[in-house]
Amino acid sequence: MLRYTLKRLLATIPVMGVVALFVFSLLYISPGDPAAVIAGDIATEADIARIRAQLGLDQPYFTRFGTWLLALAHGDLGTSIFTNLPVSRLIGQRIEPTAALTLCTLIVAVGLAVPLGVLAAARAGGWIDRVVMGISVLGFSVPVFVIAYGLILLFSIQLDWLPVQGYTSISEGFVPFIRHMILPSIALGLVYMALIARITRASMLDVLAQDYVRTANAKGLAPRAVLTRHALKNAAVPIVTIIGIGVALLIGGVVVTETVFAIPGIGRLTVDAILRRDYPIIQGVTLLFSALYVIVNLLVDLSYSLFDPRIRY
Amino acid sequence: MGFSLAGRRLFAGAAAGVVLALGAATGNLALAQGKVLKFIPEADLRSLDPIWTTAYITRNHGYMVYDVLFATDANFKIQPQMVDKWEVSKDNLTYTFTLRDGLKFHDGTPVRSADCIASIERWGKRDVFGQKLAEMTDTWTAVNDKTFALKLKKPFPYVLDALGKPSSNVPFIMPEKVARTDAFTQITDPTGSGPFKMVKDQWVPGSKVVYVKNTDYVPRKEPPSWGAGGKIAKVDRVEWIYIPDSATAAAAINAGEVDWWQQLPPDLIPVLAKNKDIKVDNTDPLGSIGILRFNHLQPPFNNQKLRQAVLAMVDQNDYAIAIAGDPKNGKACASFFTCGTPLANTAGSDALSGKRDVEKARALVKESGYKGEKIILMTATDQPIVHAQALVTQEMLRKIGLNVELAASDWGTLITRRSSKEGVDKGGWSVFHTWFVGPDITSPALNSPLRGAGDKSWFGWPTDPKLEELRDAWFAAQTPADQKKVAEEMQKRAFETVPYIPTAQFIIPTAYRTNLSGVIISPVTFLWNVEKK
Repeated sequence: MLRYTLKRLLATIPVMGVVALFVFSLLYISPGDPAAVIAGDIATEADIARIRAQLGLDQPYFTRFGTWLLALAHGDLGTSIFTNLPVSRLIGQRIEPTAALTLCTLIVAVGLAVPLGVLAAARAGGWIDRVVMGISVLGFSVPVFVIAYGLILLFSIQLDWLPVQGYTSISEGFVPFIRHMILPSIALGLVYMALIARITRASMLDVLAQDYVRTANAKGLAPRAVLTRHALKNAAVPIVTIIGIGVALLIGGVVVTETVFAIPGIGRLTVDAILRRDYPIIQGVTLLFSALYVIVNLLVDLSYSLFDPRIRY
Repeated sequence: MGFSLAGRRLFAGAAAGVVLALGAATGNLALAQGKVLKFIPEADLRSLDPIWTTAYITRNHGYMVYDVLFATDANFKIQPQMVDKWEVSKDNLTYTFTLRDGLKFHDGTPVRSADCIASIERWGKRDVFGQKLAEMTDTWTAVNDKTFALKLKKPFPYVLDALGKPSSNVPFIMPEKVARTDAFTQITDPTGSGPFKMVKDQWVPGSKVVYVKNTDYVPRKEPPSWGAGGKIAKVDRVEWIYIPDSATAAAAINAGEVDWWQQLPPDLIPVLAKNKDIKVDNTDPLGSIGILRFNHLQPPFNNQKLRQAVLAMVDQNDYAIAIAGDPKNGKACASFFTCGTPLANTAGSDALSGKRDVEKARALVKESGYKGEKIILMTATDQPIVHAQALVTQEMLRKIGLNVELAASDWGTLITRRSSKEGVDKGGWSVFHTWFVGPDITSPALNSPLRGAGDKSWFGWPTDPKLEELRDAWFAAQTPADQKKVAEEMQKRAFETVPYIPTAQFIIPTAYRTNLSGVIISPVTFLWNVEKK
């Protein structure tokens, strides 16, 4: 397994290389000029040209790509064109809120979805099943921002229980941290809860129809034991896969949530950078995301062997 | 399975207890920080260098951390700020300035003549007015640490106007070592001598900027008036909290999480006005001016007749409503100089304020020889003020039979495309909209689109030697009466050649919690003098 893991990790290098080339080329050909954004509306064309030259944006494609790649090889993601701060520092500032939001969302989503999916499968066709699937359809259908505004209206404006916006680091205390995380995690978590609950139900229904489950029931095992020890473990592979895909999707989902709740995370950093054409940030964040996707996929693949002894690497 | 009534009550009680405890914990944190003013700024602070960029948010940051030699007051008079006294020689060629006592930078070092000279010289390389002053300057000399002199090549009556310029680029005074940075390279050190100090290690671009009171600042004794007078910081800490989503910003000020939201979108004004703890106010006496800019290099708007046809159609009231929503927040202003300022006038303005005449416009279109060439009207959908104007213009151009195509993009794309001098078939453009804050177009020295210098003009590149001659005459005019007369001539000329069309004057209201007082009425939002109870 160690060999497999190392092989997969090594395979990330060419993947990220291709991503780097693709992102750089895409930004190069896309319309937009950071020098014009920097200079402001009153600036003259000559001002913009001077800024472009000063930033090296007037250099040919290969010169710019080569410079960036060389710096990257030295572990330097570059400097933001606008703030003049290192991209690594900007990402460092933003990674904690996004990681916290992702983790809390996963806790909300998985914590609710798996039990609900199992329950729905166990009571397939009954009212519990219909309610759970109804909630799932709702979670899928209602956009995150609608749920978010609804939660803000109820819990922040009407009841005044929780803050509307912002983020407090866990280093400043768990209580303020969790107060700021509750609403965003629920808003974002509902979508993923819906997704995971549906897959859990489908997977469990498949397993519950297997002979060994019938045998376990015939042996007189308690229904809860049959569901959790026998069925759920065997239904886990597709559930873990969908959780893995969910983590990847979450990276995209946090953009809206971070915007609505004004959380200074990676999602907003990316959107802001795209709007103002801050190329070093876009390139740095895209590389980070591609690395994350690869690692999450690897972890999902490795976790299969925990649930299914037939899978070996 | 289900919860009993008692169980549900217990659960609700426990939840309420947790929530109260959570609330108490965060409340104590706020008390420990002293008086904190939480402010939602108009935009995200991206650059710390108010000379490198003309972005208004960076200008506002500049006013927090830097001070200026002179400033404009509410009566459009230039008042000394860091300067204690100044003298002008009899031949009007030498200005001698003496700094006030006790001026210090945030690092504790005194403000010296060398700092002022280096700062003005750097500003003079970037700002349009500064460049004019630099052109007129023979030498800047430090007489001693507190006194410095400006020697001119020939009399220039606008020295103080230039040094007291209220909007971008403002000649802020920086430490000499910072001000020696190339004018096209961004500075990173926010050390100034202004009423607030930036806490740079707490700056999270895209989210938060933190300032604390500069306890060493020595304010002037006069009451504050625009950027002039005493700058007394009355809160211990100011946090700029950038909230890009307007619904969230509205919820945050409604819930009392922030104290002040600088610029309200029109649709949320009635929502906030209902809250008795919030004051929706207009603190900007000049507002902003929308403009319709033509591309003078390419057909069809390289044709004066066609520009005049559009001028005959523009109804400023339509634009005012489209931009501001509420008629009381927008109005017509048929002048090329901001209405409400000394040079605003009505010379030639019938062309814009008279009866709108579709027949006349159609006749002008015919006279122009327009043959249905495609017109690219650029708009930015992420800029509501730009987009609202573009939609009005699209409809208006269609009414007079022009073949208009709306090219919608984001602002970043628009400002790149507008630098293209090519025809529309090669990625060029025909018309776009933007707007300027009132102080930016109050005079020929500042009004960038009111130039006729061809390639050297602002985007759109009109060529009009007579307009340039008049501009030079304005710089040479020695008395306010002469200056006004030349400004009127310039305006008359502009209504003939139509370098651009002013579309409307509008204000963007602000909202603050009623526990704030001392908000300064000014075209720039200043945070000194603001008290929080």
